[in-house]
Amino acid sequence: MNTMTRQQVLDMYFMDARHKLIDLAAFLDRVDRSEGEDDFRIQAFREAMQHLGSGDTDRAAKVLMTFSDPTTEPIPAATTKAACGAWPGADNG
Amino acid sequence: MRYIEPHGHMVSRTTDDYLAMVTAGCQAVCEPAFWAGFDRSSANGFYDYFCQLTEHEPKRAAKFGLPHYSWLCINPKESEDIKLADDVLALIPEFIDKPNVLGIGEIGLNKNSRNELIVLEKHIQIAAESDQLILVHTPHLEDKYKGTRLIMDALKNDSRIKPERCIIDHVEEHTIGMVLEEGFWAGMTLYPESKCSPSRAIDMLERFGTERIWMNSACDWGISRPLAVPHTAFEMKQRGHTADWIDKVTFQNPITFMSQCPKFKIKP
Ligand SMILES: [Zn+2]
Repeated sequence: MNTMTRQQVLDMYFMDARHKLIDLAAFLDRVDRSEGEDDFRIQAFREAMQHLGSGDTDRAAKVLMTFSDPTTEPIPAATTKAACGAWPGADNG
Repeated sequence: MRYIEPHGHMVSRTTDDYLAMVTAGCQAVCEPAFWAGFDRSSANGFYDYFCQLTEHEPKRAAKFGLPHYSWLCINPKESEDIKLADDVLALIPEFIDKPNVLGIGEIGLNKNSRNELIVLEKHIQIAAESDQLILVHTPHLEDKYKGTRLIMDALKNDSRIKPERCIIDHVEEHTIGMVLEEGFWAGMTLYPESKCSPSRAIDMLERFGTERIWMNSACDWGISRPLAVPHTAFEMKQRGHTADWIDKVTFQNPITFMSQCPKFKIKP
């Protein structure tokens, strides 16, 4: 149930989204300027960005799924309490 | 406006927070048992915490005219140690009939481990035996999707558990659909840095509707905002939603769910 026209959505949210997009661009530049290798987090991040194109739908869910553990079995034991934001893969978990 | 905070860890909050909440229209606050930010050293720590949730915190809230309800469990972050979990589960019968206790929660999974799942199943067993409401915490970030599926399977595995008496909290865009499809309630947690922003929560309401869903701040000792629900209500209003629509999500829906426990006294 949408209450707003596209013009109203843009009036209300454009500046905020623009701000976040520039922050995101600057983050990627910062990563590229830094020395060292990519890790699984930024790899998942780059993959998730593929969903931001204009032809896609349900982008938020697809981005979330890109970062998600797709396996179905419980892990043998919890060795940490924290989550890091991206799934490290079955061999690295 | 009027609203209910269905998930707030008030033992970690200040009296200024209580004042701000009642000033914003809060009519009741509900406090699930959770992790303190550090591991408790024994079941005695949980005994004291359950006393705090059922005796002390309701008195503190009452000074601000705010009815306070609570939920009991050992949270999944401390569920790797099965012996500790068993000792804490043994305390629950002493507290479950206290007048402000609504059910078992927030139970669930954190890292989706075998022991966490065993302790979750033990909680489900307790809830089923005494017909308690269930409030579920779903894991964080990359663990949420898998954990939500494992939790729903565990709940569905016990035929005594009715989905409409369980709320699965901290849903996001990739989990809300399956939670609602299975007949459970869904909770959206409004956090500044993770989980869900106000604008995304409203997007989900617009897409998935306003049945069997609530919003909460889950304010605790971490970065969180006790006024996240009224702030989101304001954004709903900015988007042109009616006062009735906002009232249903922020006030009536929490009442509908929690009134399934006769101890919950707030009326719509
Ligand atoms: Zn919580």
